[in-house]
Amino acid sequence: MREKRRLGPLRVRVPGAAGTAALLLLPSLVVVFGIVVYPLARTLYTSFFDVNSPFPGRYPFVGLGNYRWTFGSPDFWAALRRTAYFTLVSTWFELILGLLLALLLSVRFRGRAVLRSIVILPWALPTIVNGMMWRWIFNPEYGALNALFTQLHLTSQYRSWLGRPFLALNMVIVADVWKTTPLAAFLLLAGLSTIPRELYEAARVDGAGAVRSFFSVTLPLLVPTILVVLVVRTIEAFKVFDIIYVMTRGGPANGTQTIAVFAYIQAFSNQRFGRGGALAYVIAMFILGFALIYMRLLRREVEY
Amino acid sequence: MVFVYAAAIATAVIILAPFVWLLISSVASPTDLLARPLKWIPSHISLDRYASIFQAGTNDTAATFRAGMVNSAIIAGSTVAISLAVGIFGAYAFARLRFPFRRATLLLFLSTYMLPPIAILVPLYLTMVRLHLLDTRLGLIVVYCSFVTPYVLWILSGHFRTIPRELEDAARIDGCTRLGALFRVILPIARPGLLATALFGFLLAWDEFLYALIFTSSTAAKTIPVAIAEFQGRFTVDFGLVAAGGILASIPPLVIAFLFQRYIVSGLASGAVKG
Repeated sequence: MREKRRLGPLRVRVPGAAGTAALLLLPSLVVVFGIVVYPLARTLYTSFFDVNSPFPGRYPFVGLGNYRWTFGSPDFWAALRRTAYFTLVSTWFELILGLLLALLLSVRFRGRAVLRSIVILPWALPTIVNGMMWRWIFNPEYGALNALFTQLHLTSQYRSWLGRPFLALNMVIVADVWKTTPLAAFLLLAGLSTIPRELYEAARVDGAGAVRSFFSVTLPLLVPTILVVLVVRTIEAFKVFDIIYVMTRGGPANGTQTIAVFAYIQAFSNQRFGRGGALAYVIAMFILGFALIYMRLLRREVEY
Repeated sequence: MVFVYAAAIATAVIILAPFVWLLISSVASPTDLLARPLKWIPSHISLDRYASIFQAGTNDTAATFRAGMVNSAIIAGSTVAISLAVGIFGAYAFARLRFPFRRATLLLFLSTYMLPPIAILVPLYLTMVRLHLLDTRLGLIVVYCSFVTPYVLWILSGHFRTIPRELEDAARIDGCTRLGALFRVILPIARPGLLATALFGFLLAWDEFLYALIFTSSTAAKTIPVAIAEFQGRFTVDFGLVAAGGILASIPPLVIAFLFQRYIVSGLASGAVKG
């Protein structure tokens, strides 16, 4: 819709909101989708062929064959289960510990600023350094965790923390939770800061104690933020790759092989690019599914 | 209240302990590190490892590490600059203009966040080859901007929306154009949000691993995460050296996060949480 604005004696046609918006968004659109669209389309195209080498050439068209292989592959389902486990456990720990941490940081006490500076550190630590650090701590021969536990007499001998599949997955979760809880804490702290004080005072006037006012005032008003944390962390956890690559490479015995790692191996180790492409899209569909569910919940709570 | 202080101390210990251990590992002698039972306080402290990283010649892993620091700094800095420049305009559009498909467009940008990198990795690699962007800093900057910009749009649009329209309207009545109002009124007030966004973007870019791993092969463009992963591969005997590398690699993001932390909560409050 074009508006004509009267600017003094001149009548100038100014582009309407849609035109201005398009102009303002054009650079962003170019930067983001210029990079993404062609490769995305190309990967989709490749996923319909049985491609088993990186060289261009004629490959047999298999239609949905790669997708059928994906859903029929027990390795895929195992990877999906591990991913679901990783996502659920790490996200919920991060949420609950993050909430406790946010509550702690919202109390005024001496040294709060110092604590806040400390809390931000794990989040700023590069993921690769984090993974490597925890790998060293979990080292079966010389690791700090083994040393700590034996010196505190919690265990009698050194364990291989990353040497058994399920244990390794849980240890990776520990490393991930340690690094990411600060982010959840800061998001929740931000959410807490938007709750008006008057509500707490009103609750206190009505006789509510700390616990009661937490459940009646804080938690309900924090739901939008909690949903943001859940969405963000679920998406991240589903895509998780870097920390697993540096800590365990997906082992031992595929114990930490999440679907992103699985897709990587199909594409780069096995050179099955068609399958890798199909896997990537399947992963994206799962993530989209989760995101839509969360968004629907979010929309009910938050006015856009 | 005692409980609060106890919890605060416990939290500080849990968070700092691994860092401190990493630091100690980097200055302890190899014999101390491999001792059983482990000696927590090393008998000798030496900065030799750090020295070897800075002094070694141009043909080995330490040189790759130094190049990695430089590359990461340039790439992350440029990515943030470009993404902010581009994203500020888009965020303004989302925050202030009513146009058809506004919500859908924002969701479209955010949906790119849901893509696992593997979904575009191989064709992107081939495209980079054709454009001669492989193993270049520019190539990585271009790729990184594509995923930092949606963040910028999301956080900044939420942040801009919390700035009262009246301020802008007042400026425009005085003759300012929309863009003029953006630069003279909104941006100065939005500084906390801008800094928080810049910090996020910088950390995102500094941290990125997979694209850097696949798209770089030499010191021309290798970033620090790739260099560290290589460090780990080569120096399996002396972890202390890997630890020293890790500490050095973490200093820029840690320092920046430390300096800008005040802006994080306020930036997030108006941006990520409400938006």
